[in-house]
Amino acid sequence: MTELDYVVVLAGGLSPEREISLRSGEQVCGALSEVGVQAVLADTDSTLLSRLRSDPPSAVFPVIHGAPGEDGSVREVLGLLGAPYVGSRPAACRMAFDKSAAKVLAAAAGLCTPAAVTLPRETFHDLGATAVIDLIIGRLGVPLFVKPSRGGSALGASAAHSAADLATAIVGCFGYGDTALIERLVSGTEIAVGVIDLGDGPRALPPVEIVAPGGTYDYAARYTAGETEFYAPARLPAATAEEVARVAVTAHTALGLRDISRTDLIVDAAGAVHFLEVNVAPGMTSTSTLPMAMRAASLDPGSCYAALLQRAADRER
Amino acid sequence: MVASEIRALFAVASRPEIVSLAGGSPFVSALPLDAVGDMVGSLIASRGHDALQYCAAVGDPTLREQICEVMALEGITAHPDEVVVTVGSQQALDLVTRIFVDPGDVVLAEAPSYVGALGAFAAYQADVVHIAMDESGLIPEALAAAIGRLTAEGRRIKFLYTVPTYHNPAGVTMAESRRLEVLRVCERAGLLVVEDNPYGLLGFDGDPMRPLRARTRDGVVYLGSFSKTIAAGLRVGWAVAPPGVRDKLVLAAESAVLCPASFAQLTVREYLSTQPWREQIKAFRELYRARRDAMLAALAATMPAGCDWTRPAGGFFVWLRLPEGIDSKAMLPRAVSARVAYVPGTGFFADGSGGGHARLSYSLPHPDQITEGVRRLAGVIDAELALREEFGPVQRRGD
Repeated sequence: MTELDYVVVLAGGLSPEREISLRSGEQVCGALSEVGVQAVLADTDSTLLSRLRSDPPSAVFPVIHGAPGEDGSVREVLGLLGAPYVGSRPAACRMAFDKSAAKVLAAAAGLCTPAAVTLPRETFHDLGATAVIDLIIGRLGVPLFVKPSRGGSALGASAAHSAADLATAIVGCFGYGDTALIERLVSGTEIAVGVIDLGDGPRALPPVEIVAPGGTYDYAARYTAGETEFYAPARLPAATAEEVARVAVTAHTALGLRDISRTDLIVDAAGAVHFLEVNVAPGMTSTSTLPMAMRAASLDPGSCYAALLQRAADRER
Repeated sequence: MVASEIRALFAVASRPEIVSLAGGSPFVSALPLDAVGDMVGSLIASRGHDALQYCAAVGDPTLREQICEVMALEGITAHPDEVVVTVGSQQALDLVTRIFVDPGDVVLAEAPSYVGALGAFAAYQADVVHIAMDESGLIPEALAAAIGRLTAEGRRIKFLYTVPTYHNPAGVTMAESRRLEVLRVCERAGLLVVEDNPYGLLGFDGDPMRPLRARTRDGVVYLGSFSKTIAAGLRVGWAVAPPGVRDKLVLAAESAVLCPASFAQLTVREYLSTQPWREQIKAFRELYRARRDAMLAALAATMPAGCDWTRPAGGFFVWLRLPEGIDSKAMLPRAVSARVAYVPGTGFFADGSGGGHARLSYSLPHPDQITEGVRRLAGVIDAELALREEFGPVQRRGD
């Protein structure tokens, strides 16, 4: 086993999730320092590579949310540098970050996921937005949920209950990405399940139930302390709790993810579990569900992060 | 406090890769920082026992005399006893609102109005009623009509809040002919005027405009600031108020902060005593004029049809009207992706309207950056127009 010298927590970036990423990074650094690991917060700017080269850390913990952190590009560069890092490999990140690709892989692994279409902006331009919207509603009906195919923190995501709503939702979505994932909205209990692998295989953490004000778990509801009620573990029947755990581990495995992930799900009124998306750099802020789930499992977040960093460092030896 | 998407985007806008036309920060790098550093060092060495001690809530007496000299440049005659030093003029605004406003009271403000003022009014649960402006500032007829309507409805109007000179965010200045008329309308209605004048000495053409307070001693609470003429980080502002109001301001200030920071006050006092501050204000004027020119030239060269903008004669801001159907708030993430930022117009209306406008600031970025930022923004608006063409008019979020 390698002794951790010092580690770098990567946070910030240039995506709209910068602020959240910085908050996640500060939490991770704080938790690591509580368990005696010297952690340095670093942004992805033009000084990063020379810094990592001149003073190589034992391992890097990327908590950059949004495109550069979750689409594998930062990890690709860390790989080029030979810097050990926590989390999934670039190719797996690319698949997970593309929500439509992740849904296909999840469905292929036997998971249930809402019917959806994924369309780039050009399609609406080339074929006429109204005609395409009519077609979508004709096939999927309403209500629908629209979100950027690549993005997070519910930025650019909204529900649509009519054709006019859908146009508004798609335009809002295109603020944060050029491709819209439009899926059938499934009502039910919103659940987030963290998956962690500390060396004994991926295991699900206790599911966290999210009760957002007005039923909308949007950006404000996610990151305003006290705005949303969380139940960790979720108030689910034992069999359903087992099923959401199975779904999360299956998604983690099917997408080839490593170390840590968070799967977002809906449990409908009949108890069926619907896979929505999986995150390779889940939020670690004070209001994020993953640290909550760790604590619900009687795991100390700082010890978990240190163990993941240790695994990453050992992997490269 | 609610986490907002807009704030998340502004967090990205603070990165150097983004040209930020959003913030309204003064270009403090233009100050002679070495000289200021030496001055602060000798201040502590010679008067540290005062600079690091409590002081009177009303503010340092010498500084209040100096403030009267500064205001005289704009034609205001005031006695130091009328001056209350505050922690920036924002604190003065907060104290005035605290003194006068009860929940549900009406405050009149220009449409659009300064976002910091709207925040203070909201904190005291004032009902802000916006009054129309045009390129010559607040429209007196609209003001009179609003007062008449609200009075008939039995509403209690507490004051008119106005930034008559080099308006934030609108970039317009109340015409000379309107200034007396606005005062007359308010006087007839027995209405107090709160005049906020942070930019008055930063005009680009000719002599400074005479503030409303230069025309009457009564009925006006005047708010001034050193944030733009010296340094925003010192947080030294002031209020000039008729005696009854002034006493209440002092009591309110005492309960809020005990006293304004002695160190900041004595720094300003020393700066005004030992540094060529009039020349420095001229230097600021020239600097901001060049930046204003760069922004206006870039707007004229790149903005698509359907856009219009104000041509400020001073201050920090251009108010950009976007083509019909474009929502500046919805467009902001696309702008940040294109590495340019602005403030959506929605921030300057109490009811969140104003999505058809954006505030552009030219105070901080270099002229080359301004040109590049406006070019990027024009591209974003072009793309937005194409999107609107594809999807037709869409409902504004929050409308």
